[in-house]
Amino acid sequence: MTPLRRTPLTPDALDSTDRAILNRMQDGLPLVPYPFAALAQDLGLDEDALIARIQAMREIGAITRFGPFYDAEAMGGAFCLCAMAVPATRFDAVMTLVNAHPEVAHNYERTHRLNMWFVLACEKAAQIRQTADRIEREAGLPVLLFPKEHEFFIGFKVTA
Amino acid sequence: MTIPDLDRRIIAATTGGLPLTPAPFAEVAGWLGISEDTVIDRMAAMQGAGVIRRVAIAPNHYALGLTANGMSVWDIDDARAIDLGAQVGALSFVSHCYLRPRADGWPYNLFAMIHGHNRDEVEALRTQIATLLGPSCRASDILYSTRILKKTGLRLTEGGL
Repeated sequence: MTPLRRTPLTPDALDSTDRAILNRMQDGLPLVPYPFAALAQDLGLDEDALIARIQAMREIGAITRFGPFYDAEAMGGAFCLCAMAVPATRFDAVMTLVNAHPEVAHNYERTHRLNMWFVLACEKAAQIRQTADRIEREAGLPVLLFPKEHEFFIGFKVTA
Repeated sequence: MTIPDLDRRIIAATTGGLPLTPAPFAEVAGWLGISEDTVIDRMAAMQGAGVIRRVAIAPNHYALGLTANGMSVWDIDDARAIDLGAQVGALSFVSHCYLRPRADGWPYNLFAMIHGHNRDEVEALRTQIATLLGPSCRASDILYSTRILKKTGLRLTEGGL
């Protein structure tokens, strides 16, 4: 997999048709044998042209992925957002010991007294607390657990 | 929830994405030695059950100029949290929106990830949320990420907070 592009494309990298494709295709495709043919008509393109444009946008890094978005929790995994207040002098050492746990899926430094935020991903719910306890012991610092209590439906869309 | 074995095979074959071909489900069916109808039926069932959120393209926020993001956090009156959280989640610039427990020294129960073209825009959008919440919000803050310390391929999710 190519690494995620983290810099903006130049404004002329995409034309208005590309932008219409991006805007439309974030909403989801029909689960039918020829999903692109169904959409191409709406976008005023033929099927091959639509697929070629998606391919090209993937190559320049405008699109990161095409496919089903799975809900990992619905599939049985356990996840929990955690935070720690790590003294600046110990930050790198604590980061190293936290990241060494395979259950730590991602970890961000953030601008707050609670300056280290990571997500634990485990197979079973009980393993979340156990892993957090291990990290607490190793770091000698409290780990705050922020499990999801309610997830709201998201209207997020990147307007291309 | 237990996932039937057939669904697991479809999931394993498609977590990396679908092929960009006119009949992508037929191609997946070919990989697995099952019929196209079965792939489509099972994926539709998984979508109905919430295991699949949608089949779509994921645009790259960064490439499209949305390079700034902040985790906004809000202390909302519990009685109104579900109602107001739903309104915040529906905003087009919020990519994740959850209720989470408060903690010692942490009064916030609503988390909303805000995306913008720059930090000024993120701050303006944060003000928009504050206006929406009105007096039901007692306190708020925003946390910007300064460094990615670890990011592994949690490819099954959309990438949470």
